[in-house]
Amino acid sequence: MTISDNGFSATRRLILKGAAAVALIGLGNIALGFAPVFAAANDKYPEDAFKAKSDADAIKSLYGKTAEPSDKVKLDAPEIAENGTVVPISVSTTLADVTSISFLVSENPNALAASYKIPAGTLPSVANRLKMAKTSNVIAIVEAGGKLYSATKEVKVTVGGCGG
Amino acid sequence: MASTIRVRATSSGDTTEVQALIQHPMDSGFVKDAKGETIPPHFIQELTFEYDGKSVFVADWGAAVSKDPYVKFSFKGGKKGDDLKISWVDNKGATDTTTAKIQ
Repeated sequence: MTISDNGFSATRRLILKGAAAVALIGLGNIALGFAPVFAAANDKYPEDAFKAKSDADAIKSLYGKTAEPSDKVKLDAPEIAENGTVVPISVSTTLADVTSISFLVSENPNALAASYKIPAGTLPSVANRLKMAKTSNVIAIVEAGGKLYSATKEVKVTVGGCGG
Repeated sequence: MASTIRVRATSSGDTTEVQALIQHPMDSGFVKDAKGETIPPHFIQELTFEYDGKSVFVADWGAAVSKDPYVKFSFKGGKKGDDLKISWVDNKGATDTTTAKIQ
């Protein structure tokens, strides 16, 4: 009686061990499956801000505050862009403690085009090339010392870069 | 495969100027092809420049950045012959990394 009892519980223990192992493997798989999502969350790619339709919504989503115009933000963009697919735009500023610079194109389907993190030691000056669907205001946002400053310039586009 | 990233990093005085050109379609998801079918969005979301184990520049990009994107910035420090590491990841999870020598 006792022997058979022992035998029974031993089998049971084996089964339990097996179940535990399977459960652990299962958890491992789930953790691996979610790893890229966590990585993205850590790097904080501002998905919502890029999905925002209007410039105001994008700025709000990205920074949670509003920007005030400043002549210390220098936005360099052409008066007229013949080709909306490649519009060279650059921003520089004399403001100190700059932590971030963003580019928005108001009339694009999604206003936010690019956002750059500026760590300490990196100069607050960025040049890039953006697509513009049509004639629109281009807004440069500079985050300096926890405040937002902006510069705006209208760029006339003769051939759009975002529509078919 | 050849790298999609071309970088020129030039040190002068106490700053290093970095110019990068990346081969990528940067499809916005708003453009239709010849058959009238929408080309799905495919664009670089994050581009990181690392020097001496630290990020010196991080770009978060949307679909409105031009095809074969170009970016220019400068940072303080950086010596000739040192390595600058550049990597990107796009919205489909594809990624590329390269290391450039500062000139």
